[in-house]
Amino acid sequence: MKRYQTQIHRCFRCGYCKFPTDYSALNCPSYNRFRFDTYSTGGRLWLTYAWLKGDIPWSEHLAEILYACTTCKNCVEQCPMKFAPEIVDWIIEARSDMVEQGKIPLRVKRFLESVYNYGNPLKKTNKERLPWIKSLKKYEKGTEYLLYLGCLASYDEGTKDMVTSLVKMLDKAGISYGVMGDDEQCCGNEVYAMGEMDLFKELAGKNIDKFRQLGVKSVITICPHGYNIMKNQYQGMGYKFEVLHYSQALAKIADDMKPKKTGNGVKITYHDPCYLGRHNKLYETPRKALKGLELVEMPRNRKDAFCCGGGSGNFITDYLAGGNDSPARVRVREAAATGAGVLAVACPGCLLMLKEAVKTEDLDEKLQVMDIASVMGR
Amino acid sequence: MIDIYSELTAIIDKDYVSNSKEELYMYGRDPGLMPAHEPEYVVMPTTVEEVQAIIRLANREKIAVVPKGGGLSLTGLVIPQKGGILLDMKRMDKIIEVNEKGGYAIVEGGTTHGALKSHLLKNYPHLRHSIPDSPPIATVVANAVIHGQGRLTQQRGFNSDMVSGLEVVLPTSEICKIGSCAVSQYWFSKGPPLPDLSSLFFGWFGTTGVITKLGIKLYPCKKYRDPVLFLTDKAELVPDIMRKLGRTEMIEDLVVNAQPIPLRYKDNYYILFYITGDTEEEMEFKRKMCWSALWDYFEKREGGFVSLVPEMKAPMLSMPSKDTTRFADVSKGGGFEYSGPIAPIEKYPVYVKKLIDLAEKYGLFYSSAARMIDGGHSMMFSFSYTFNRADPQTMKRAKDALDEAAEFAIENGGVMWKPNLDEQKITMAKMDPNTLDLMMRIKKLLDPNGIMNPGNWEVSK
Repeated sequence: MKRYQTQIHRCFRCGYCKFPTDYSALNCPSYNRFRFDTYSTGGRLWLTYAWLKGDIPWSEHLAEILYACTTCKNCVEQCPMKFAPEIVDWIIEARSDMVEQGKIPLRVKRFLESVYNYGNPLKKTNKERLPWIKSLKKYEKGTEYLLYLGCLASYDEGTKDMVTSLVKMLDKAGISYGVMGDDEQCCGNEVYAMGEMDLFKELAGKNIDKFRQLGVKSVITICPHGYNIMKNQYQGMGYKFEVLHYSQALAKIADDMKPKKTGNGVKITYHDPCYLGRHNKLYETPRKALKGLELVEMPRNRKDAFCCGGGSGNFITDYLAGGNDSPARVRVREAAATGAGVLAVACPGCLLMLKEAVKTEDLDEKLQVMDIASVMGR
Repeated sequence: MIDIYSELTAIIDKDYVSNSKEELYMYGRDPGLMPAHEPEYVVMPTTVEEVQAIIRLANREKIAVVPKGGGLSLTGLVIPQKGGILLDMKRMDKIIEVNEKGGYAIVEGGTTHGALKSHLLKNYPHLRHSIPDSPPIATVVANAVIHGQGRLTQQRGFNSDMVSGLEVVLPTSEICKIGSCAVSQYWFSKGPPLPDLSSLFFGWFGTTGVITKLGIKLYPCKKYRDPVLFLTDKAELVPDIMRKLGRTEMIEDLVVNAQPIPLRYKDNYYILFYITGDTEEEMEFKRKMCWSALWDYFEKREGGFVSLVPEMKAPMLSMPSKDTTRFADVSKGGGFEYSGPIAPIEKYPVYVKKLIDLAEKYGLFYSSAARMIDGGHSMMFSFSYTFNRADPQTMKRAKDALDEAAEFAIENGGVMWKPNLDEQKITMAKMDPNTLDLMMRIKKLLDPNGIMNPGNWEVSK
């Protein structure tokens, strides 16, 4: 029996999970998007308990409510109860039960099938890896860092500046790194969050086998999701290695650099990715990479940052899309309201979600979404 | 056949109308112990016109309408006893105006206490409202509708006393302004010098209309705020201690806590009060006045002050207090409910004895917080018991204990606050018959089709 089954009734449905620390806005992305109590964490836990008890049957709608959670952990941060740290694990366990029973919504099914068939959720073959990836150095024994690109940086053109700027910074700093190329598999973070544990184990196993074969001792990930799963799950799977998020590498480089000056009075605001911030408490490190620039914080920052809506596979399944209150649109409006001209991010998922939202909100002229490596490399 | 769902989606964006099993399940129950009953539709309006249109539809089709805020009364007041349309008001969440000089804010019907607190802190840090200790999703309107209490209740009375005007959609769908705003652009009074019609909407649990806007009075937010904790092991002394502190007119809030854990709390009564001021001198003066009021107890070794380190003060200073919510999970069951009579403070010793007796009788974990109201004219005494949501037996025992507590409280001079359906029946049975008749006539007059939150304040036929 999974732990959540004996614990999930403990949610009182108080609703603290809906807010940031200062109650200034709604900070649960799915609750803010849909506004029915069902889409809050409390709602999800109560519905899941009802499903477990047989009070309500499984339905596509129930599953969508569960999968609309981006696993951003705002609820974990705000819940006043002692079980707070476990909430997202409970949601993942409930999803896992749905997966085991073959009861998952269509978009999640397609996501998982794509990872199963293609090794990534984007339905891309190895041949379709972005052209600039092929020019990167391959990891060989003795290379200090394996640069783990992840699915979005490998296949989505929107991440070009992010990847090319990062490798330039690494080259400039004389850091020894290499990539896995066609041997790289999806890290499995989203697959894990979606509750497909068998597929996750397969993906992680393949990656770990490759790391072992190559003698990898240290990994730099581009994506916070990859960083999270390698740091918190891979380590218990029989092969120990150091994991850095690229912002940590950049922070080290920034320490040795002269502080930059803000060009043309452009202010920068920084969006904390959930899997870097609330999941792994890396709040100041990415900001170090922006040292010397005029940083203006959004009202919701660090542990109170508002999720872009892309977590837990939602950058593909997109259950929170549509409408004025989709999280990415809310977030870019908040960024623009600071007066910043640049919205800096440290996650390819956030980068793509927020870039799209800037277009939808018609903020192209005012706000540019850039990752921190591109900002540093300007 | 009339398709109500289609008619609702013609009024409100379809994204905010649901008749799905999941929403009906969720909105058919609250965190307390009253039996569930599901609505047929859940809708979330954003404008007063939408509310009017829904009320018109409900009148035409003779279906129930239940307006809901945070849904945190714990006594099932927004469980739709007769199905119908559940009106989740929380999308009507604008803070329309803060009149700084006049000292009031006008908010929409679904604005949360959390949002108002945050807005004031950011934009008007010298002003505050009486925030309750319910979670921040509790709405300002719903809290006033149930005569909620807050951190300024000791000084200013019930939160409904601090209302300064209303806009209401009547059960017959007309929009009605209540108070000074009925004749003026200013929302400074809910009644005087006019006939005070606001009382037609507080304590009625949504059976007399839907409040779409509300003026709430704001008060100075003092620069300093300090909790003071006085301890006694003699329950019989508590009313006098409360009274003496109240009569100093030096304190802000006052709450007496009784609970068995942590162990130091067992068999003791913790009187927590707050001193506020704009200068150190003012704080010192108030402290001395309070110490002086309690000095006799100290000298006779009947009580003493508890030294509070900053870590202990932090949760006492937070508003709302998360500790109130945490009580739900002290026995890892995720549930608590309380019967909360409003009663003379002299009843504290008998009530607290009953609280503990019932906990022993039913094998429950207890807690009580007694908040002084309006300088000591009354108190809200909570008989609080936890239950395990996964164990129907503890739920039944908790409900039985609460029923017995309510009967005891009423027999001993109390009047139930936010009474559940069972407590409403006991209250109406004990009520002066002419008063009850007047209530029923008013209700019938305002809501001729009986569509508004039916089941509440209804005399059994």
